[in-house]
This record gives sequence, structure tokens and C-alpha cells, in this order.
Amino acid sequence: MRRALFILPLLTILLMAGFFAWSLTSGRDPASIGSVLVGRPAPKLDLPALRPGEPALTDAALRTGKPVVVNFFASWCTPCLAEHPLFTRLAEREGAVIVGVAWKNKRDDALAWLKKLGDPYKLAGLDLDGRTGIDWGLSGVPETYLVDGQGIVRRHFRGPITERDLNDTILPFLKGAAK
Amino acid sequence: MRGLLALVAALLLALPALATEPSEVLPDPALETRAREIGRALRCVVCQNQSIDDSSAEVARDMRRVVRERVVAGDSNQAVFDFMVARYGDYVLLKPPFRAGTLVLWLGAPLVLLLAGGALFLAARRRKPVAAPQPLDAEERRRLDALLKG
Repeated sequence: MRRALFILPLLTILLMAGFFAWSLTSGRDPASIGSVLVGRPAPKLDLPALRPGEPALTDAALRTGKPVVVNFFASWCTPCLAEHPLFTRLAEREGAVIVGVAWKNKRDDALAWLKKLGDPYKLAGLDLDGRTGIDWGLSGVPETYLVDGQGIVRRHFRGPITERDLNDTILPFLKGAAK
Repeated sequence: MRGLLALVAALLLALPALATEPSEVLPDPALETRAREIGRALRCVVCQNQSIDDSSAEVARDMRRVVRERVVAGDSNQAVFDFMVARYGDYVLLKPPFRAGTLVLWLGAPLVLLLAGGALFLAARRRKPVAAPQPLDAEERRRLDALLKG
């Protein structure tokens, strides 16, 4: 019994080391706040069109039977710049339906940004005061949602998407949902 | 000296700056007080451990505005919390709810205290009582007396 007590500190250290090793290698992000939206119907979308002359952006766009990628962005946001080519590729090469929402962005700034970099959005809305962002559980830009044909949110990316997200998650989702 | 005292008094009067901007404040003081109270219990989603009332982040400002919008619309405090939890999950509550997933959070520390306290108590009881000192015998008494007389 005495001897067993001496092993206790060693055991504690091993336990902690194990936890730290797991934290480092499992890809767990303690800063992640998760998303409650996944598995639930996509929130309301009722925004003025970003591009002049187009009809307003409503959630009808999310219930067409086809999977949709919803991307919140802003021209002032640097990570948005980083992920932008991936959306261009998704739209041009894969023919994905991408809905863009310019978040807290002046219309002219957002339009100029898209003109310079290319516009991958089939539909685009303007959330100037960020009220729609709250309904979508947005914490900032960029954030991206995968919505299936029935209008259910299947994935929520906080922060810029990466090439890996595109290949491992977004493309399989679009292919799987299209069947 | 008097100047120093005046300075200290002035500093004591100063209140910590609040993130809530004058333009956000509701005209009805009762509603504003409630909005403040709710804001203090909601966590800013981009700053880990600050309430939206304390944070000057963009999203925190939007959330403060939505809280006021809900309060003005006649929502109870609980309804506003539910509204936010439906969008951001339990994460937005600075005080997490008591449920299966948060059991460790709520009961972990008291449990460790109980275990450690119990172990200490048992160890203390098991320890053999220290024997009471024996009275001096005749020989020891004689030596002590000799020493004291010196």
C-alpha cells in the first residue's frame, strides 16, 4: 500500500504527458467554438442583392434540391483573399453553386474586390449591418457552410477553407449530395 | 500632498471604460439595465473569456445590438439567452448550463476536494497516537536535579 502511493506522482505525470501528447497530435483546437447549426435547417436569408439589378437573396436559393456552398466574406478581410482562388476553382471547374454574402462591407468595395479577383458567386447578397451573420452563428469572416438540397446545414467552417478542406470535405459533399 | 490626494480621489471616481457605445444605449433605462445584465452573461465568440458587454469586437457589438432588439421586442432574459444559444451554442453562456456534457466542469473540483479531504482524514486516523511521555525515574530525577543546581 505504501509502495503504491509512491507510484502516484509518476502516474500523474504520465497521465498529463498523455493528455498533452493527445492535444498536440489529435488536431484538437481548444479555441474552436463548434457550431450548433450542423444538422439543422439553414437560417433565414433575406438580403438585398450585392450586384445591382439582381433579385434579392432569399433562402429559396438554399432549397433547390441541389447542394449549395454559402460563403460569408468581405473585401477588407485578408483570409478571404487567401481562400478566394479555391472558390473560383470550385465554381469554374466543379460547377458548384456558391452563394456569397458580403459581410459588413460597402457594396462598392465588395464589387471592386470581386471585379479584381473574379466572381465565383452564382448569387450574392449584402449583409451590411451583420444582422444576418448573427442568425447564422457567424463569428467573423470568412466562414463557409455546406447546405444540402433539403436546406440542412451539413458543415460549418470557421475561418478560411484550405485546399485540404476542398478535397477532403467539400468535393465529396457536393458529389455525395448530387446523387 | 493635497494635489496627490486629489489625484487619487479622481482616479477612484473613474469608472472602467465600457465597450458599449453611447449610440447603442436604449432610451428606456429599465430595458438598458436588463440589456446590460444579459450582455454581461454572454460570451463574446471571438475573445474567449470576455463578455459581449466588455468586448469591443465587431461581433460583440452586433450581439449587443441584437440583445437590445430582443429586449425591446419584449423577450424575457431567458428568451434572449435561448435565442443566442440557438445560434452559437452553449459556448455563448459565460455560466455553462448543468447537463451531462458539463458534469465534469461542475462536479470535478468539488469531487477532487472530497477525495483529497477523505484521504487526508483517513491518513490522520490511521496514524498511531504518539505515546504519552513517561515520568522520570529516580536516577533521571537525580541527574536533572544535579544539572539544575549546577
